[in-house]
Amino acid sequence: MRQLSRRAALAAGASGVALTVMGWSGKARAGVKEAADEVAKFTGGNTAAQGKITIELPEIAENGNTVPLTVSVNAPMDADNYVSDVMVVSEGNPNPGVITFHFTPLSGKAEAQTRIRLAATQNIVVVAKTSKGEFYTGQKQVKVTIGGCGG
Amino acid sequence: MAEKPRLKLPKEAKKGDVIEIKTLIPHVMLTGLTKDKDGKTIPRKIINKFACEFNGKPVFSATIEPAVAANPYLQFTAKVEESGTFKFSWTDDDGTVTTAEEQITVT
Repeated sequence: MRQLSRRAALAAGASGVALTVMGWSGKARAGVKEAADEVAKFTGGNTAAQGKITIELPEIAENGNTVPLTVSVNAPMDADNYVSDVMVVSEGNPNPGVITFHFTPLSGKAEAQTRIRLAATQNIVVVAKTSKGEFYTGQKQVKVTIGGCGG
Repeated sequence: MAEKPRLKLPKEAKKGDVIEIKTLIPHVMLTGLTKDKDGKTIPRKIINKFACEFNGKPVFSATIEPAVAANPYLQFTAKVEESGTFKFSWTDDDGTVTTAEEQITVT
């Protein structure tokens, strides 16, 4: 086989990178509506009250591939009244779902941290459900310099 | 395939303490949306579920979507009332379950 010239090798490498970067950008992104639908599925049509939720996200995420996210709900974690589920929804990723945390009274606190992918500058919406069927919501905008999937 | 998960939690605690648990499992978390250099879609392969239990009782779990970054990291808390064993499990899209255990002494 003919040996690859340096120029050809570089060109091949560059096109590979371009395609990888293009990954998500060509797809339709989940919008505000899809995010709202996802929330409605979770709440079963109940209204979620604003408040009780703290979302920690960097104001500007330079790299959307891994953005630290901390969610905490300021509510009791007693055996008969606790925060059972916390859903995180994206308004600007290809799919609205991000992660859902399931807590129990043994969790001690309704607080969890993870690292997420963000395709573009967008709002992150968090909805919490308590064992008594109450819903709380909160949201935070995050600016993304380089999308987590190109863009 | 799956590499060994990493866990960080105290070995000892006082009764009633809320301890912090940090977990990470090496995994590529392919979203199913990216394409390889021939333009073919790379199939989705992610860790879709994480669960933690203590002495057989559920403590915390998570339903994970492709929007969670590669090498999924999760940090959460647990209230400990007795000594025992934490069991952790990560479920892959292909059905593989990776498990890990950690003991804690509660005084």
